[in-house]
Amino acid sequence: MCSILNSRIWQSSCWRASSYKRLQRQIITKSKHRNLSCTAHRRLMDTTGFSETQLAVRAAVGQVCSRFPNTYWQDLDQKEQDPKDFHAALARDGWLGIALPETLGGSGLGISEATVMMQTITESGAGMAGAQAVHANVYATQPLARFGSDEQLRETIPGIISGRWRTCFGVTEPNAGLDTLRLSTTAKREGDEYVISGQKIWTTCGQVASKMILLARTTAYEDAPRPSQALSLFCIDLDRTQPGLSMRKIKKMGGRAVDANEVFFDGYRIPANTLIGEEGQGFKIVLHGMNAERCLLAGEALGLGYAALTRAAKYARERVVFQRPIGMNQGVAHPLADSYMHLEAAKLATYHAARLYDASKTDSSITQEVVGVAANSAKYLAAEAAFTACERAVLAHGGMGYAAEYDVERWFRECLVPRLAPVSREMILNYVGEKALGLPKSY
Amino acid sequence: MSALRILVPVKRVIDYAVKPRVNKAQTGVETAGVKHSMNPFDDLSVEESVRIREKKRAPGGVEDICAFSAGPPKAQEILRTAMAMGADRGIHVEIKDGEELEPLTVAKLLKKSVEEQKSNLVILGKQSIDDDAGQTGQMLAGLLNWPQATQASKIEFGENDSVTVTKEIDGGVETVRAKLPMVITTDLRLNTPRYATLPNIMKAKKKKLDKKTLEDYGLTNDKRLKVLKVTEPPQRQGGGKVEDVDGLIGKLKELGAL
Repeated sequence: MCSILNSRIWQSSCWRASSYKRLQRQIITKSKHRNLSCTAHRRLMDTTGFSETQLAVRAAVGQVCSRFPNTYWQDLDQKEQDPKDFHAALARDGWLGIALPETLGGSGLGISEATVMMQTITESGAGMAGAQAVHANVYATQPLARFGSDEQLRETIPGIISGRWRTCFGVTEPNAGLDTLRLSTTAKREGDEYVISGQKIWTTCGQVASKMILLARTTAYEDAPRPSQALSLFCIDLDRTQPGLSMRKIKKMGGRAVDANEVFFDGYRIPANTLIGEEGQGFKIVLHGMNAERCLLAGEALGLGYAALTRAAKYARERVVFQRPIGMNQGVAHPLADSYMHLEAAKLATYHAARLYDASKTDSSITQEVVGVAANSAKYLAAEAAFTACERAVLAHGGMGYAAEYDVERWFRECLVPRLAPVSREMILNYVGEKALGLPKSY
Repeated sequence: MSALRILVPVKRVIDYAVKPRVNKAQTGVETAGVKHSMNPFDDLSVEESVRIREKKRAPGGVEDICAFSAGPPKAQEILRTAMAMGADRGIHVEIKDGEELEPLTVAKLLKKSVEEQKSNLVILGKQSIDDDAGQTGQMLAGLLNWPQATQASKIEFGENDSVTVTKEIDGGVETVRAKLPMVITTDLRLNTPRYATLPNIMKAKKKKLDKKTLEDYGLTNDKRLKVLKVTEPPQRQGGGKVEDVDGLIGKLKELGAL
């Protein structure tokens, strides 16, 4: 039957999309290889100005993601199950090493490319769940790659790139969110070990991670010459069979496929050689990666916004009420058009910030403050644009927007994440007020 | 057995998932701002060449896999894709944006390239999904006076340079055998192409890509065909419903179909 179909369709001049895809569906059995997506490639975002490498990343990551349809993410979201095979698929094709040095088995690309990757993931429909499944492996490994000892790098990085180990980031605490310098989890030196006690919260992927990049206090707040010199960074094993480590999943609004946790340390012992850089330098090292994370999150927000807007526009074109597509009504069309402009503007801000971040490594005329203002602005703008796009996508769908089957409710629940994390909108406004406008610090 | 020197011609076409639109002047389809990618059948050719090497299927081994494309400057992107999938190097014959080559010109170009590269196997897609001409492979075999096996769904290598190819034909398969050098065209069931992995995309950036022109091969873009007009297929008319089988037969008779 296939071969008859095969020989017939070639005779028709108009076979391309439908028949080629139909054949692919019949033929493809091995999930290892590509599954040509059956959705039309109608991408809203204008990609003019992206570099060849960025476009190559977008195309290739998009192909990997196309094997994980929206039904996959709906299902995992409802069952609260980790997207292990999605993480494994990205790892197998080398994507987790995108911004790690080539000497360690990475690909040595910049944050400009990593941001494209994160955006492509959320935009594919995977949403924040897809992004968070890999985010820490891309981002939290940056300070390690830069400040870790040769031994630490050799032992850890290849395992993370290959996907054998997953990592999580342990900074946030219940009583020290944005006020990182006040964090209270302690690491006390005892011979060849440190003893960790305290609590971390909102640790993404804690349940599935075998490594943690941990920020802990090695000097009491009062005893340190400066508050910023009292913290140290560690790359530790999360060994649940050892005493002193336990964690609890947090029930949450969105991105339910990916776990977020409270992690409790009570005399958990780690070898002293897990210290990254020098004791007391932890805060400085962590700060180093923060602007990069802002860029990545801005990209993730953008992808979510474009995914929702793409879906809303499609629905508005197809849904007929009162004998006309609802998109013909300006009350429906204008909010979506407005969202498009905001997303495009946020896109420019995001990739501008990412470019600055990468360029600042070799161009000393670009100060960290300039990068900081750009990266924070991008995160703020992208998160707000995504939020508005997701909300309007739900509204454009009317009642169907409330149904899980249409995906927009899932993205809407998830789009609060980039508004809240890794830094709140209010703290960004504070920062920009202080750094860009020269206003007095308010806190 | 001789070591294989495989030439893999690839073409940049409008992505298979995009619905092409006829341009306003009705001289062709709109290509500006439209997603392009490698012709899907050429994807299969690249994949097969790489698999022949990886699975050590050819007794003499694979010495070289050279991807070849004639097209606009952006055709380089698909050569990079081919190299990211595993081709060793690329040759780009640059054609001005908007210009098209007819199959015979492509076949002549490939013949020159085969001679220059000392290729002994050419694996190419059985057609490209833009003009669906389906002629290049056959013309190339004719010009080279080499054996050809079209619409391959399986390629096997034997002793003394023999190659056995299973071909898809109406209602079944046909198995043919020939000796190198030869031309093979690929069909959909041959394999499932891989994704380019990130490390391989990075490696491909460093692989050699030679730039050439038609003049380098002593050729000009001669046209034997003139496109008079390109139009959309006619809009489909809505169907009608009949009550029962008798109604259907009556209707078919009325329309002269029975």
